[in-house]
Amino acid sequence: MNANVTAVPGHPHSEASEIHAQRELGFWLYLMGDAIIFALLFMTYGIMVGNTAGGPAGKQLFSLDNAALETALLLISSMTFGFASLSSRAGNRAAVMGWLAVTFLLGAGFIFLEIREFLGMIRIGAGPDRSGFLSAFFTLVGTHGTHVSVGLIWILILGAQVAIKGLSLPVTSRLFRLGLFWHFLDIAWVGIFSVVYLPGLL
Amino acid sequence: MERHGLASYLIGFVLAVILTAVPFWLVYTHALPPSRIMWIIAAAAVLQILVHLHFFLHVNFTTTPKENLLAISFTAILIFLMVGGSLWIMIDLHQRMAL
Repeated sequence: MNANVTAVPGHPHSEASEIHAQRELGFWLYLMGDAIIFALLFMTYGIMVGNTAGGPAGKQLFSLDNAALETALLLISSMTFGFASLSSRAGNRAAVMGWLAVTFLLGAGFIFLEIREFLGMIRIGAGPDRSGFLSAFFTLVGTHGTHVSVGLIWILILGAQVAIKGLSLPVTSRLFRLGLFWHFLDIAWVGIFSVVYLPGLL
Repeated sequence: MERHGLASYLIGFVLAVILTAVPFWLVYTHALPPSRIMWIIAAAAVLQILVHLHFFLHVNFTTTPKENLLAISFTAILIFLMVGGSLWIMIDLHQRMAL
């Protein structure tokens, strides 16, 4: 057991962890701003969904199997990130790196499926320039995909930090913030399959 | 500190799987009229977001700092005003244009 890991991020016990508590609040405020961006993109999509300009609608473009698989990958990755957080609290460095690796692979699988879907749509002439509906679709789903991609890079960086620096207080604090980000993205995805894919295929 | 332990993630995961499987299954099978399925999709989404907030992000009324709860409440009000207000305007406009 590493003595450094007794201070749990988000639960300040000392002077040293006070600064990390402040950073966690700052990151929380960023996430709230992000939530507003997503809410407005959802609203835009809701208004634009009928404006297909004679082009294809969601029913012809979306695949329920693909959406279900993406949902499964992201939901399982949210849980495996939770296991990484628990391993961090237990001071198990190897387990943290292992669960981060699993989370990365699941997230990368999600991005692979999303890019394949986007390219398939663009190839048949249903790109973001085709209609108001498709502009709103690519903006909303693409913004989420960009966030997940940034999250993947962040996982790689933090994995390297865990390997090199160990589970010091700054590293566990960063891991906690990355966890907030990753779980938040899964919430945004719940909105996407509930607003975009399921109603589109109903 | 074991309040956010393994059980939290596992319970959250099982609830999330159920709240995902039900709407997907309904859309796969069309077992109900579409309007009723839409209501179930909406209800399952709201419930699942609450499940994620509670079991994954550990938002609650005892250990979550007051500032964070304040921020999330303020965000909810802003979203309600901006999304609700915009939909109100656009739906009203849509109806006037159709006349």
